[in-house]
Amino acid sequence: MMHIMQLIARRAGTALFILLLVSAVVFSLSSLLPGDAAQQLLGQSATPEALAALRESLGLDKPGYVRYVTWLKGLLIGDPGVSLANNMPVAELVAERLPRSLVLAGIAALVSVPIALTLGILSAMYGGSRLDRVLNFTTLCMVAIPEFLVATVLVLIFAVKLGWVSSLSYAPPGASLGQFLSAYALPVVTLFFVLVAQMARMSRAAVLDQLSEPYVEMAVLKGASLPRVVLRHALPNAIGPIANAVALSMSYLLGGVVIVEVIFNYPGIASLMVDSVANRDMPLLQTCAMIFCAAYLLLVLIADVCAIVSNPKLRT
Amino acid sequence: MNLFRTLGYSGTLGLSLVLFWLFIALFGPALAPHPVGEIVAWDVFEPIGGANLLGTDYLGRDVLSRILHGTRFTVVLAAAAAMLAGFMGVSLGILAAVSPRWVDESMSRFMDALISIPGKIFALVMIAAFGSSLLLLIVIVGVAYTPGCYRIARSLAVNLNQMDFVQVARARGEGRIYLAWAEILPNMIHPMMTDVGLRFVWAVLLLSSLSFLGLGVQPPDADLGSLVRENMGGLAEGAPAVLMPAVAIALVTIGVNLVIDSLRGNVSNTAGSV
Repeated sequence: MMHIMQLIARRAGTALFILLLVSAVVFSLSSLLPGDAAQQLLGQSATPEALAALRESLGLDKPGYVRYVTWLKGLLIGDPGVSLANNMPVAELVAERLPRSLVLAGIAALVSVPIALTLGILSAMYGGSRLDRVLNFTTLCMVAIPEFLVATVLVLIFAVKLGWVSSLSYAPPGASLGQFLSAYALPVVTLFFVLVAQMARMSRAAVLDQLSEPYVEMAVLKGASLPRVVLRHALPNAIGPIANAVALSMSYLLGGVVIVEVIFNYPGIASLMVDSVANRDMPLLQTCAMIFCAAYLLLVLIADVCAIVSNPKLRT
Repeated sequence: MNLFRTLGYSGTLGLSLVLFWLFIALFGPALAPHPVGEIVAWDVFEPIGGANLLGTDYLGRDVLSRILHGTRFTVVLAAAAAMLAGFMGVSLGILAAVSPRWVDESMSRFMDALISIPGKIFALVMIAAFGSSLLLLIVIVGVAYTPGCYRIARSLAVNLNQMDFVQVARARGEGRIYLAWAEILPNMIHPMMTDVGLRFVWAVLLLSSLSFLGLGVQPPDADLGSLVRENMGGLAEGAPAVLMPAVAIALVTIGVNLVIDSLRGNVSNTAGSV
């Protein structure tokens, strides 16, 4: 047990270290740009005195590493500065938008993961069969389809032609169940399409990997039925790789959320980030980018922990 | 005949799609019935099959001509970005394999950090910082996919570096650059080409998403993603101007995906996709 805790702690340490590196990359990319924020805010006609004064109040006259440390400290205590575009604290903007994105991504993941895993395991079980080939072809095409094609086709069919759901997707707090479903249906189904194909392919590969092991052959030779071989023998060993596949697919979810929030006018953190890119609102952009990276690293860490905990060799 | 047998049905389908889109990318603008910016009809968002084969867009321009012109942007930008990623990934990967341990370690840790920034987020940050001219878009997408390429190239190169023929060359007293160039590189070109092909698919998707968000190819130029964006107003009418460019993107990427999948002999493992 001690051993497992140590391993997990080490993984968490590595993840934190990588997050620190990521923060350095994000900060240096976004603040070493030509033309600084003061110039941006005041425009070309600003007097040099006004520029100097604003630079000082924004702390832009200090060297890069000092600004980085200040920024990092601010991020850690939950005060990542003030948005340049609308003069509101970044923390406030993010606090309003983040929960909505989490709800959207959470629902999408809850719907997709079980279905994707079932498909992946089924097609690995019947590898080479017609079912497997059909699934392989379909998922291969689906991973190559851009999110906005899925979204536009869904809107055309269900909102425009059939009129079942609204194409705007935000249920205000206190909405009825029907309103809630109608608002979330299309964004969730879009994300589902993006996610399921990728995840099914990767979990199929993980299970197939196990099926080529000698112990599986042994189980088959002793006369165990196919479902028993796959579910009882192979699957427990495939949990680690499958958890990894799920975590990796989540990066598609994070990318997909960006498109889906914009296309459905969903007021979440990804659409906030896209706006901040268009406005070159760096404090806001940096914070949003860090949230996405932290979310991704957290998912990978959880997958790692699943792999460690499910590995019987590490259980003493 | 032999080629078709190795490719199988889906591979042949993919190959025909790829050849079709290559043809369009090369000759599309010459085939277009109208100049790219010409307004050909008073009616906006005309349906399929009228005087204009794929209808008209939000300004009354011919959608077919717009697509024939836009394909070149999508295909060329994505191909250049994928090749840039492949070139940088392979050079750095081989460099890591033949370098002293500390170089390899520090480079790999840095790439680990880059790889844990989701591609779209990375591209958004870079666009905010540097803007989005055509050349910058190639560099941004290329850099975004370099870490993934590096990881695969490095693991291939490290394995090759242990092979007997490389050890023999090393014992002969060959320098590091010779080892990298003449012994390791020729043996990893094949697998890396499949990898670059896959990255082309992702580059097409990433570039068109960026254009769709209005942050990629800027007007008056328009790639397929920009075409979807500028015509979003016609979605409520079910205009082909929205749907057709998006379908075109999907057909490009599906084609390449099918070819690569069948070339790999249906291993169908797209893992490690970052």
